[in-house]
Amino acid sequence: MQASDRFNINSQLEHLQAKYVGTGHADLNRFEWAVNIQRDSYASYVGHYPVLAYFALAENESIGRERYNFMQIVGDGGQTKSGCGDGFGHNFLVFDGTVA
Amino acid sequence: MFLYSLTLQQATGVVCAINGSFSGGKSQEIVVARGKSLDLLRPDDAGKLQTLLSVDAFASIRSLAHFRLTGANKDYIVVGSDSGRIVILEYNKEKNTFEKIHQETFGKSGCRRIVPGQYLAIDPKGRAVMIGACEKQKLVYVLNRDTSARLTISSPLEANKSHTVTYSIAGVDCGFDNPIFAAIELDYSEADQDSTGQAANEAQKHLTFYELDLGLNHVSRKWSEQVDNAANMLVTVPGGGDGPSGVLVCAENFVIYKNQGHPDVRAVIPRRPDLPATRGVLIVSAAMHKQKSMFFFLLQTEYGDIFKVTLDHDNDRVSELRIKYFDTIPVTSALCVLKSGFLFAASEFGNHALYQFQAIGDDPDVESSSSTLMETDEGFQPVFFQPRGLKNLVRIDQVDSLMPIMDMKVTNLFEEETPQIFTLCGQGPRSSLRILRPGLAISEMAVSQLPGVPSAVWTVKKNVNDEFDAYIVVSFANATLVLSIGETVEEVSDSGFLDTTPSLAVSLIGDDSLMQVHPSGIRHIREDGRINEWRTPGKRTIVKVGSNRLQVVIALSGGELIYFEVDMTGQLMEVDKHEMSGDVACLDIAPVPEGRQRSRFLAVGSYDNTIRILSLDPDDCMQILSLQSVSSPPESLLFLEVQASIGGEDGADHPASLFLNSGLQSGVLFRTVVDMVTGQLSDARSRFLGLRAPKLFSVMVRGRRAMLCLSSRPWLGYIHQGQFLLTPLSYETLEYAASFSSDQCAEGVVSVAGDALRVFTIERLGETFNETAIPLRYTPRKFVLQPKRKLLVIIESDQGAFSAEEREAARKECFEAAGMGENGKVEQMENGGDDEDKDDPLSDEQYGYPKTESDKWASCIRVLDPKTTETTCLLELQDNEAAFSICTVNFHDKEYGTLLAVGTAKSLQFWPKRSFSAGYIHIYRFLKDGRSLELLHKTPVDGIPLALCQFQGRLLAGIGPVLRLYDLGKKRLLRKCENKLFPNTITTIHTYRDRIYVGDIQESFHYCKYRRDENQLYIFADDSVPRWLTAAYHIDFDTMAGADKFGNIYFVRLPQDVSDEIEEDPTGGKIKWEQGRLNGAPNKVDEIVQFHVGDVVTCLQKAALIPGGGECIIYGTVMGSLGALLAFTSRDDVDFFAHLEMHMRQEHPPLCGRDHMAFRSAYFPVKDVIDGDLCEQFPTLPLDLQRKIADELDRTPAEILKKLEEVRNKIV
Repeated sequence: MQASDRFNINSQLEHLQAKYVGTGHADLNRFEWAVNIQRDSYASYVGHYPVLAYFALAENESIGRERYNFMQIVGDGGQTKSGCGDGFGHNFLVFDGTVA
Repeated sequence: MFLYSLTLQQATGVVCAINGSFSGGKSQEIVVARGKSLDLLRPDDAGKLQTLLSVDAFASIRSLAHFRLTGANKDYIVVGSDSGRIVILEYNKEKNTFEKIHQETFGKSGCRRIVPGQYLAIDPKGRAVMIGACEKQKLVYVLNRDTSARLTISSPLEANKSHTVTYSIAGVDCGFDNPIFAAIELDYSEADQDSTGQAANEAQKHLTFYELDLGLNHVSRKWSEQVDNAANMLVTVPGGGDGPSGVLVCAENFVIYKNQGHPDVRAVIPRRPDLPATRGVLIVSAAMHKQKSMFFFLLQTEYGDIFKVTLDHDNDRVSELRIKYFDTIPVTSALCVLKSGFLFAASEFGNHALYQFQAIGDDPDVESSSSTLMETDEGFQPVFFQPRGLKNLVRIDQVDSLMPIMDMKVTNLFEEETPQIFTLCGQGPRSSLRILRPGLAISEMAVSQLPGVPSAVWTVKKNVNDEFDAYIVVSFANATLVLSIGETVEEVSDSGFLDTTPSLAVSLIGDDSLMQVHPSGIRHIREDGRINEWRTPGKRTIVKVGSNRLQVVIALSGGELIYFEVDMTGQLMEVDKHEMSGDVACLDIAPVPEGRQRSRFLAVGSYDNTIRILSLDPDDCMQILSLQSVSSPPESLLFLEVQASIGGEDGADHPASLFLNSGLQSGVLFRTVVDMVTGQLSDARSRFLGLRAPKLFSVMVRGRRAMLCLSSRPWLGYIHQGQFLLTPLSYETLEYAASFSSDQCAEGVVSVAGDALRVFTIERLGETFNETAIPLRYTPRKFVLQPKRKLLVIIESDQGAFSAEEREAARKECFEAAGMGENGKVEQMENGGDDEDKDDPLSDEQYGYPKTESDKWASCIRVLDPKTTETTCLLELQDNEAAFSICTVNFHDKEYGTLLAVGTAKSLQFWPKRSFSAGYIHIYRFLKDGRSLELLHKTPVDGIPLALCQFQGRLLAGIGPVLRLYDLGKKRLLRKCENKLFPNTITTIHTYRDRIYVGDIQESFHYCKYRRDENQLYIFADDSVPRWLTAAYHIDFDTMAGADKFGNIYFVRLPQDVSDEIEEDPTGGKIKWEQGRLNGAPNKVDEIVQFHVGDVVTCLQKAALIPGGGECIIYGTVMGSLGALLAFTSRDDVDFFAHLEMHMRQEHPPLCGRDHMAFRSAYFPVKDVIDGDLCEQFPTLPLDLQRKIADELDRTPAEILKKLEEVRNKIV
């Protein structure tokens, strides 16, 4: 690589994309974008225990089961989980028992 | 507006827990992470769990692990949090603190997908730790010792693999070979290229072993094999001589033993027979127990059943894996098997418990084994078992947990001195209504009636070395009663006490003689029965007495003080006299310091509003050393000596100090520090305790001196974890008290009130609230008060549960099948498992409700009388209807008076998409003085009514995105007006005058107006920030408080000029509304307060918790914590606390390495809120650091402590 290439915007982007999972690019399609959002969201829910507990309460499941369900979605980007339909089920699931 | 945030009740739920020996030696402790705080617990000798230490870490703690270096006798704690750092802590027994040994930064902060912190795994030999993220990153740190035996940590070694999701990691026990870590992983790189989902369906989870080569200092993927796609958890199997090594892979329905070069050994997890076939069985928590000769695992399923897993192995070949039903306890987030034979079960929701092992499941029971595993065409043959009562475990202690708080109201329903906090807690069958009162809980040991109304009570020992008290002496108006303490407490007459006169004081004097002071003299009863009487001169009487073990001072009427000392022969000798200017109001002598002959200080309170300190030294006997004037005449005095401490379990380190406490007639407790040398008084603090002048008594609490103050309610002043706390006791008004110690009750208090003698003990020190729990049937959602009738109406709903009748039928069937009588059992059921005692072999509280399809709902409306804890009416909703909103409403026509409106949904399902078959608003009429409900009518609506509110004699309902105004009709509700322009779903409605404050589920608040003349609802202002509202409260005309799902509390306010404009505009801003702005309202509210709590806030209310205290915002959270936000009233206070907070941030960075400011600004920058929890850590700092901060603030450390105490006393 030439010295000038290091400051090239493309190589910087590539570096970012390699380092930070989920960094977008110009040809990002709707599907990739959605899957990425799914992963971010569910990983965040699993990381924040009170939020996980909040979902568990809404669905009357144990927190352990809820974590498993969410981790499955992180794994497949919400594509195959039979219960997840459009893949956005959880994003809009709220506590008092409704989905927007 | 500036607010002071203070957590009143730390989170009570548990995220994760580990057990080990953290203080070294043989002791067994448990470390629990409760979201943002870290606690150290230890079961005491009586099997009660005691909290030794609780530290707020200002981070979200996600994982914990412990390890021990080879040959060491102490465990270290590794914490994975959202700080982007790995932190290793050591518990310092001497100082009672967690000490940060290492803190290594590896990534960004926050709970991110690829930043490690979610998982932790330890090499069983304590040589390395792996910290993992949900995706991609895994880091291994090598742990070692340097030449001076200190723990060292290496730089991180990466075990990263991109496009890979990690489900669980565990250390593999391979003796002293290179450390190996196992991980369940899934590579999604192919799936992501294929939008049809085909590849995602074929993606396969793998079990991967990572080997840390200690020689090369390098981590490599050693082995990877396919594993069940439903695998969720790994459990380490002992190795290196103790077992076969390898891991247990827990998957849905299966437990599989796996190791490198070993065939899979698989067994099916037994199922409950009533479980729908579509549901799997998932292991949610696990514990391993290892002894010299054997090891076993306890695995708990998501339904609460615990299985004991054992491996039959020959060296490292596993021939059989057995899963045997063990017992059923409520679902836990962590299980800890202690070496001392206890099982600590940290419940997901509801109270935690400590169990003792009665057996280890050796008796025959339902068992599934790898050798009997049957594979058929439809898959593996299931094994069924029927849950039964506890056989192997017995519960010996419970730790209260409020998690989750679903709703809360603060009100003084019982007309007590302070309001009560009513909280709805728990989930499913373990739900409860808990009534919290500020103060310590007491447990009453005995109450006995006395022949008259006593005025005072004392307890005395016969000898200074005795462990227990010998007599209880009760004084009446004209007599004294002596009770001897033995097996029973009975009256005696041979004690030598004069019983025909009232007593003023009774105590042990010298080593083994007793003293009784009565109005006309002092009676000194020697050990051999000789009695010496000292008579008062002339007709003067003794009015007040102060004494310690070697010194006695009496005050005669008229104001003369006479001072006696016990001489070498045990005689009581008069030493000196002193004439005071007027009558003496009260006296006290400081206790004799250790190793001294006498105490130097006598405190005398006079009716001229002064307190004098007199010297008792022979050199300057009866000289006045200092004088303090107070606001009203003192009624009672007490010296409280605080012994020097260098930390340890009972507190932070501080030098010995002497406090003079005085109870003033105005009801104020006045507390000053006495200089141990000069007797000068300084650092005065006062606190209003109640309407009566506090009487002060010295009692023993946990082996240390504490102060009992009896005002209109009793208070206890004691030192807890290094801080002096003054807390009310939840008990009735008492007249007089003394400490009490006997065989049955080591540390109690005996007291008189009315004509009864009461003996009680004080429980669970350090708690802010004590609670009374009333069990409920399903997960409570919301409740309303009927303040006039003092009743509560609660709605409860559970998804995927059978209704009461169906459960009853199923249970009958089950009992019949089991050949058991059903006598009494069905009745039990009717109470919804209301009974705490578990006579019932299948109590729902212990076993949970049977699960069913997700579109089935069980729900009820309950009218409850909190005073009698009686449910006066319980309506179970039919046909899968579930209640979600409730309000009381008075319609215009006063025909029915107050009605109850309940919003319900039928067959609601969240997945695959939200669906429901109908929504309804029920209108109920109150009957029998509000104790019963009758359905008036039920109106079908086109959405789910999630919010209801009364408005101008009509009912406002938020139905999906529609805000609608209803009036009452004969057969149904009548639509009057609606606005359909809300973005998502309305979840809260508050009203004030003609304004309506609507909270949207995702889009924060919308301020609306209703124009009666035009019958129109329109939005005139909204918020510019998308907030996922979970709770809302109306503060004032322009201001709303809200909380969002991500753990923030915020206030929004309509700018004053906009507000005025709207009020003045004859169209009320309607024209502007019609124009709109970018699809929103024309005006925007400003965010004026913002604070990250770090926990999902579910309820908010403005209330004052103490009479005369400031109104503050009280909030409750999912993790079961309660907090308060108090508005500052002066600019000086704001400056002071802002600076204190700043210095604390600099000098005392939080325990888990999360930057405090960053934590409080996790989603939005913190605005105008000062974190009291951080400020209150000031006393835990080392003294020199305290002084340094105090210097910066131009104050003394004592002044800072006083300030902190003052602001806390304003809240609770």
